[in-house]
Amino acid sequence: MDDTVTLKGQAAHAAARRLAPGPQGKKPRPMFSPRNIMIYGALIFAAAYYLLPLYVMVVTSLKGMPEIRLGNIFSPPLEITFEPWVKAWSSACTGLNCDGLSRGFWNSVRITIPSTIVSIAIASINGYALANWRFKGADLFFTILIVGAFIPYQVMIYPIVIVLREMGLYGSLTGLIIVHTIFGMPILTLLFRNYFTSLPEELFKAARVDGAGFWTIYFKIMLPMSLPIFVVAMILQVTGIWNDFLFGVVFTRPEYYPMTVQLNNIVNSVQGVKEYNVNMAATILTGAVPLIVYFVSGRLFVRGIAAGAVKG
Amino acid sequence: MNNVSVSVRDLSLSFGAVTVLDTLNLDIKNGEFLVLLGSSGCGKSTLLNCIAGLLDVTGGQIFIKDKNVTWEEPKDRGIGMVFQSYALYPQMTVERNLSFGLRVAKLPQAEIDKRVARAAEILQIQPLLKRKPSELSGGQRQRVAIGRALVRDVDVFLFDEPLSNLDAKLRSELRVEIKRLHQSLENTMIYVTHDQIEALTLADRIAVMKSGVIQQLADPMTIYNFPENLFVAGFIGSPSMNFFRGEIKDKGGRKVVEVNGVDFGMEAYPARGSLEAGRKVVLGVRPEHVKVDESVSGMEVHDAVVDIEEPMGADNLLWLKHAGQTMSVRIAGSRRYAPGTALKLSFDMAMASVFDAVTENRI
Repeated sequence: MDDTVTLKGQAAHAAARRLAPGPQGKKPRPMFSPRNIMIYGALIFAAAYYLLPLYVMVVTSLKGMPEIRLGNIFSPPLEITFEPWVKAWSSACTGLNCDGLSRGFWNSVRITIPSTIVSIAIASINGYALANWRFKGADLFFTILIVGAFIPYQVMIYPIVIVLREMGLYGSLTGLIIVHTIFGMPILTLLFRNYFTSLPEELFKAARVDGAGFWTIYFKIMLPMSLPIFVVAMILQVTGIWNDFLFGVVFTRPEYYPMTVQLNNIVNSVQGVKEYNVNMAATILTGAVPLIVYFVSGRLFVRGIAAGAVKG
Repeated sequence: MNNVSVSVRDLSLSFGAVTVLDTLNLDIKNGEFLVLLGSSGCGKSTLLNCIAGLLDVTGGQIFIKDKNVTWEEPKDRGIGMVFQSYALYPQMTVERNLSFGLRVAKLPQAEIDKRVARAAEILQIQPLLKRKPSELSGGQRQRVAIGRALVRDVDVFLFDEPLSNLDAKLRSELRVEIKRLHQSLENTMIYVTHDQIEALTLADRIAVMKSGVIQQLADPMTIYNFPENLFVAGFIGSPSMNFFRGEIKDKGGRKVVEVNGVDFGMEAYPARGSLEAGRKVVLGVRPEHVKVDESVSGMEVHDAVVDIEEPMGADNLLWLKHAGQTMSVRIAGSRRYAPGTALKLSFDMAMASVFDAVTENRI
């Protein structure tokens, strides 16, 4: 170790002796150059623009009502209280029920998890079949699926209500899960099909020569190479389904309302005083899940892409 | 028929309105090394994929070992395949890559271990067995890919441009290894390439393909020296054959090809039919079939002037203008000619090729 250090040192000395006087090495850059001021100025401004509302929400949710009535929405809380958070979670009233957001939270969990898993499972197999097993009518099937993505949801709501009613699933969680699964299909299938198409076709051919069939190739060859796209699909689905309001309110009964619907009911309830602090706390709680999913798996997502970049 | 390993009969394949292969016939002998040679888009890879069972044919039949496999799954055809991009499963170690097909076929573990060990020994990749494909060099990867075909213990090996992704040095090394492998295994091998050097060095027979049709099927020396048509003549050889467009004439009882007023005597040319006067032809002469300043009896001697000299080490390539054409001549690297030097060219007409200018077939 020491030897190499001295060797390096000698080399550096020798190099220094060879160099003519004057500028050498890395070019120094001033910290407050016009270019830096422009770049960082713009970035800080944009960040502040988006973070300010969040700041107001957090600050307000930590204040008591008397303090809020003073009107200084930007001032930090004089007395920090977690009362509004507790109330928003467990005792805020939506109509007759007074058990806060907690019920909506668990409903949303029971909706989001199965919808995400089922839709990703089906869509990935769809995409795999469309990309690698070009069956007869594959193009037509794919076109129909994609056209479905362009029809506005609102057009389909009433027909779906009838279909669910006929199936005896209207108002149940199962019905809502089926609806979410179906509506996730076009975009997820497109996503998976494009990803599987981008994988080298020769891998698929090699597996077929090796005697692997439809499912063996899917589970043993395709799945292990597709972590990044599964994470992307999961982020899309969790965020989309968690944030959904329309389907939740249309296709379920009040005891199954997802968190978003319950949040709306808390914020818009007209009885009594507007409890801004409780409303803010409830909104942050509802938005927390997609944010956490994004922060946790976003890192995984980047790692997945980096691992895939080293081509095998 | 016992000596035939793979037999392709009246094979047709079309994608919609595009016909890629049209009633193609090909018999490959047991233990033969057959190279399918052609430029990209000629249907050579398509033909290989049909034989492998990775593409459904539109018409015709494919036999492997006298068994009609036209509608069989790839795994039931008794073939192993090596791909251009190696196509190793990235998440599996080399060992698991080799054994994947055997595990799918649910062979006993002892048999799997035995076959993997044997393949690893033949290809000398034992130290790599625990590594992932991403930790291997290109040459090592292709060796593993060959091993994956080897463990399947099959009669027919299919190679789809296996060396195209390697650099020049590795390519020539692995080329020798594939040849050695063929000599020791004596399997039937079908090898697709666009590289004529690979084709000439490896093949027992070469099938030169163009737009889905086999232009010529013969051993490498026949293909090189006696090309069946103008396309084969131009495709094989680097630098390519010198072509002279002219007309057959009868000059005082002597048959010549007249090219822009220069006569090439045809006495030594082994013509198949009669060379009737007035026929428009293309005369082809390979650069090494022209001697410079060496008078050999029976050769056609012409005067010419050197235009450009390209010394290539072992060889020296002279470019000159002759009979209104640019032509090249290959001589030994030690003999140098400066541009502008006058010299005598002796054409070896016995090794020349004459093609009909219209049908482009050999006369």
